[in-house]
Amino acid sequence: MGYVTLRDAIAERLRGRTQKATTTELWALNGVSFDVQQGEVVGIIGRNGAGKSTLLKVLSRITEPTRGRAELYGRVASLLEVGTGFHPELTGRENIYLNGAILGMRKREIDRNFDAIVQFAEVEKFIDTPVKFYSSGMYVRLAFAVAAHLEPEILIVDEVLAVGDARFQKKCLNKMQDVGQQGRTVLFVSHSMQSILRMCQRAILLNQGQVVADGPAQQVVGVYLGKGTHSIAERVWPDRASAPGKEIAHLRAVRVRDVDGDVSDTIDIRTPVTLEMEFVVTTGGYVLMPHFRLYNEDNIAVFTTLDLDPEWRRRPRLPGRYVSRVTIPGNFLAEGSLYVEAALTTLDPPIGQFAERDAVAFQVIDSLEGDSARGDWAGNLSGVVRPLLPWTTIYEPSA
Amino acid sequence: MNVTDDVSTMAILEPSSTSAVNPSTAHSSAEDVQAPTIIEPRKGWWHFNWRDLWAYRELLFFLVWRDVKVRYKQTLLGASWAIIQPTLQLVVFTIIFGRLAGVNTNGIPYPLFNLAGLLPWQFFANTVGQAANSLVGSASIVRKVYFPRLAIPTASVLAGVVDFGLSFLILLALMVWYRWPPTPAMFLLPLFLLLAMFTAMGVGFWLSAINARYRDVRHATPFLIQLWLFATPVVYPSNLVEGYWQFLYALNPMVSVVEGFRWALLGTQPPGLLMLISVMMAVTIFSSGLFYFQAVERKFADII
Repeated sequence: MGYVTLRDAIAERLRGRTQKATTTELWALNGVSFDVQQGEVVGIIGRNGAGKSTLLKVLSRITEPTRGRAELYGRVASLLEVGTGFHPELTGRENIYLNGAILGMRKREIDRNFDAIVQFAEVEKFIDTPVKFYSSGMYVRLAFAVAAHLEPEILIVDEVLAVGDARFQKKCLNKMQDVGQQGRTVLFVSHSMQSILRMCQRAILLNQGQVVADGPAQQVVGVYLGKGTHSIAERVWPDRASAPGKEIAHLRAVRVRDVDGDVSDTIDIRTPVTLEMEFVVTTGGYVLMPHFRLYNEDNIAVFTTLDLDPEWRRRPRLPGRYVSRVTIPGNFLAEGSLYVEAALTTLDPPIGQFAERDAVAFQVIDSLEGDSARGDWAGNLSGVVRPLLPWTTIYEPSA
Repeated sequence: MNVTDDVSTMAILEPSSTSAVNPSTAHSSAEDVQAPTIIEPRKGWWHFNWRDLWAYRELLFFLVWRDVKVRYKQTLLGASWAIIQPTLQLVVFTIIFGRLAGVNTNGIPYPLFNLAGLLPWQFFANTVGQAANSLVGSASIVRKVYFPRLAIPTASVLAGVVDFGLSFLILLALMVWYRWPPTPAMFLLPLFLLLAMFTAMGVGFWLSAINARYRDVRHATPFLIQLWLFATPVVYPSNLVEGYWQFLYALNPMVSVVEGFRWALLGTQPPGLLMLISVMMAVTIFSSGLFYFQAVERKFADII
């Protein structure tokens, strides 16, 4: 990582909270410095609040930095949200032009790409219908299609791919990859390590407004997720020495498996996900309680689940290798990244054996097909979980 | 740090860096040589980016087009509102001021007299009202995309020209009805409309920028416009104001706009030297509005 240079260069004051006393001052970004070469596709990663969005906003010229300087050579287009400026009363055709202009496209550029946009969005039949009549899926597809046909030299993209069905997401990722291959420079913020690894040769890891790592994507993603693993959905400790644990038991592997049983870091919100921990018991005779705790992007513990398998619940374990699995039902977790803590403790007396924070991580992706908890709603849905719950209605006709 | 590389497309460096890139060498091989975009905190108090405003002229067009289109799409009666609204107002004013109060208009039929002033006034009042709320109304775009923010209130004012054009038809119809021949000075009308536009933009820049921080503007604007109406000779002739008061009166650019419209359309007294005061005042409002707007512009994304 020879080209990492940390300097006091670009900085941004956290919005609005600095008016009264200087003691409340918070720097969302400070001392961030890097070069990007033409044609590079660079992923920006980090936890929420690490300064990723502020960096993109500064580079997109939406907010002005308090200190520092950035130089951008070439036309810049930023895509921090899909469908910015879409007007529900206007038709698909009209919105393509309006949205394109807002994103910085010239009219002739839109003219030239118009058919491609419509085709990409798969809305040919409804192009002259006001978008307020569009399904949420069509709306998002059209919005992304416009953005995907931007032709800037520098493209700045925030995580806008976390909506849409899996097939369309894949299409979007492919399109973004093409953009990178056309010699354009792309800055890409995402929580999905899979997308980062697939699209970017290089990644920059931010933490508390500073660059922590900058280098080959594989390596930086590894730094982000702990120690260099290949997939973030699987982590293996090959030998006893490196494995977390104590004299009774130690951890050997943690995995995230999708509904087909494959190791995967991308989970459709509608399908169950299985967490798996493999551990070795070296001292027998203790009752053990394996458990998982899930954290979301905001570092909130979503829940803790204890192994209550009746077969092993009160039974002292013999030395040997164990694999414990728990399945979290579909339509329960909220969309976004989830970080898994794998832990194990003895019960009587309670002695923690290991508690591995961020052992693995996965991304829950919501569906826009109307059969998840978001129904036909394409906008934001807050909440730590997103269960699909039965509703009933009692109706009384007015007299 | 290797920012002197020929293919460097993006570099973040500190201001004192000795390795600053010379844009012409950095892009010597590229076909379209373009000055780099420099992002840094602004220094000084005047940093107007004309280049950007020009580069985004098509966006301005699309914003105007959207405003016009949406306004008439969402309403049941569509474009006819641009005709109904001034017509009804004209009827009310004619009854109250023409008949009941008996305002002396020097022989001009009161409806004609009133409408010639009402048209530019409505253009001004409507566009100022729209412009004042335009930035806050576009918050979702402002927070997510960069473009010259000035395009938003400017588009509000420009979109008003379409309404003006439509309601102008009533005036033409009324002139035919009263057999009132237009004067050759009618060709100067665009100049007076331009003066109204200029003033409306200046006020719009002020109000929209203040509104971004203090939402009270939304409540204050209608009141301001109402007061302004009484300071403008829409329902009464301007000769009610005499002597030195005229100088004070002319500080309101809309006085000259309305006087100019009446002169060009109905052949009343041509606006005299007092118009100079009005034009100077309009320039002052416009440039101070522009100045204030660009001074607070960079905070919009954070406070809206």
